[in-house]
Amino acid sequence: MVTDPVTERLVVDARDISLIFETADGKVEALSNVSLQVSPGEFVSFIGPSGCGKTTMLRVIADLQQPTSGTLSVNGMSAENARLARSYGYVFQAPALFPWRTIEKNLKLPLEVMGYSETEQRQRAEHYLALVNLKGFERKFPWQLSGGMQQRVSIARALSFDPALLLMDEPFGALDEIVRDHLNEQLLQLWKSTGKTVLFVTHSIPEAVFLSTRIVVMSPRPGRIIDVIDCDFPTGRSLEIRETPEFLKVAQRVRNGLRAGHSYDE
Amino acid sequence: MTSSAETSSSFARPHRAPASRARDLLVERYAPLVTMVLAIVAIWYIAAVAMNWTLVRDAYEREETPYTISDVLAGTMDAERPLLPAPHQLAAAVYDSVFGYPPLAPRSLVYHALVTLSATLLGFLIGSLFGIALALMIVHSRVLERSLLPWIICSQMVPVLALAPIFIVMLGALGLHGLLPKSIISAYLCFFPVTIGMVKGFTSPDPLQIELMRTWSATPRQVLWKLRWPAAVPYLFASLKVAISISLVGAIVAELPTGAEAGIGARLLAGSYYGQTIQIWSALVVAAVLASGLIAVTALVEGGVLRRMGAH
Repeated sequence: MVTDPVTERLVVDARDISLIFETADGKVEALSNVSLQVSPGEFVSFIGPSGCGKTTMLRVIADLQQPTSGTLSVNGMSAENARLARSYGYVFQAPALFPWRTIEKNLKLPLEVMGYSETEQRQRAEHYLALVNLKGFERKFPWQLSGGMQQRVSIARALSFDPALLLMDEPFGALDEIVRDHLNEQLLQLWKSTGKTVLFVTHSIPEAVFLSTRIVVMSPRPGRIIDVIDCDFPTGRSLEIRETPEFLKVAQRVRNGLRAGHSYDE
Repeated sequence: MTSSAETSSSFARPHRAPASRARDLLVERYAPLVTMVLAIVAIWYIAAVAMNWTLVRDAYEREETPYTISDVLAGTMDAERPLLPAPHQLAAAVYDSVFGYPPLAPRSLVYHALVTLSATLLGFLIGSLFGIALALMIVHSRVLERSLLPWIICSQMVPVLALAPIFIVMLGALGLHGLLPKSIISAYLCFFPVTIGMVKGFTSPDPLQIELMRTWSATPRQVLWKLRWPAAVPYLFASLKVAISISLVGAIVAELPTGAEAGIGARLLAGSYYGQTIQIWSALVVAAVLASGLIAVTALVEGGVLRRMGAH
């Protein structure tokens, strides 16, 4: 499989991934035969109601959870080796900053763990803080920053060791609409300028359509993919694009997919 | 008194000069404390009169000397071996035994306090390190948690007063005398809150923070030093404040059954042998001052460390 040139270039190659949780109430099929191929530079959003397995899928790719069956390669390696090789940066819904570290030291944390030199740590912290527009906040502690700023720090932290893959689990879910719009624009710029592959979990249809090159619509019980929608808007897009008919058409298709997969009888 | 000071100052504050505003703040801050102290002293005097009354009156009657009520009243204030010494008697005795002799004279309470303090500090050090080590083992192994925790809890159910003489005799047979056996009893008492607090502290990091470390494939040692340890620091200081005062209790208790010649415990024991209530009370006052001092120092270090760690 590794010798196949197409497969080798894939950032994520998941085939028939299933994951079954044993809970007190019996078995829960969190993922059922999920297959997905992601090429370098793509921005793929996972969207679906809660319980559809979109976060679980991201966690499986990150080797934070192991699938019950199926094959998965990340950057051409097993998920575990990809994690050990520090192939991806992970951004959680909460910033999860370390409260006893200043912003700069929070940024340096993964670099310290990975054994970067002192000089390199300083340069990278400076560079990535500037990238998320937080220059001047180096000496502040997390509680002195707003929620949106903290989430920007956590994005900078995930980028600091320059992984080719960025896994984002509803990173802006806890923020208000205005901040969210603003960060969406910033993230798009960041993606354009760095050329990273992004896997992005979200609840929000406009967010998914605005950001993605591909949208994966998922459905619960069992967690599965019900539609994959290509959505290639021009790279220079701004938030105004959300008013255009093309945008609304894609959004409508996502909505239809969600509705089809959603059972309202509960 | 307090409430009137508060109302008048808050009412007039905007118009006052800075100096008088500072004075008002002082009043607001210390008035409750001073009131409390005055109330305690007053109650203490009344209690001293009540408790020493029979003692003094009986003494007059034994000697068959005529006496008046004011004679008895005066007697309750300066009895040689009162049931409860009057505050001024105690203050004078404490002052005398602290400043009346050179600090290292056997009659100086400073000397005895230093003897007990050295055992307390050594015991505190041993106990805290032991407590942290136990917590580390418990956090890292579920087997150890299940096998160690019941023993740790049991260890604290045995009254230390019963245990101390056995320890001292056993350690004495091993050739250990003086400071170390006392410190070990101190340590025996004070490791417990440290273990309990640090288990809680080491497990306090957010699951997200632990998963982040995992995504960076951090080693267990890095997880300990960069996450678990700093997260546990607030818990550490909370436990240390309890531990330092129990250490002092442990050191004093260890001095009781051994017939130690020096230390606050030895003074308490000697005082009770000879019915020297004033001496007992003086030793207690010094012990209380020592405990407050130790806790204050710990709190001061805590404040400094937590401020550096971004506490607000």
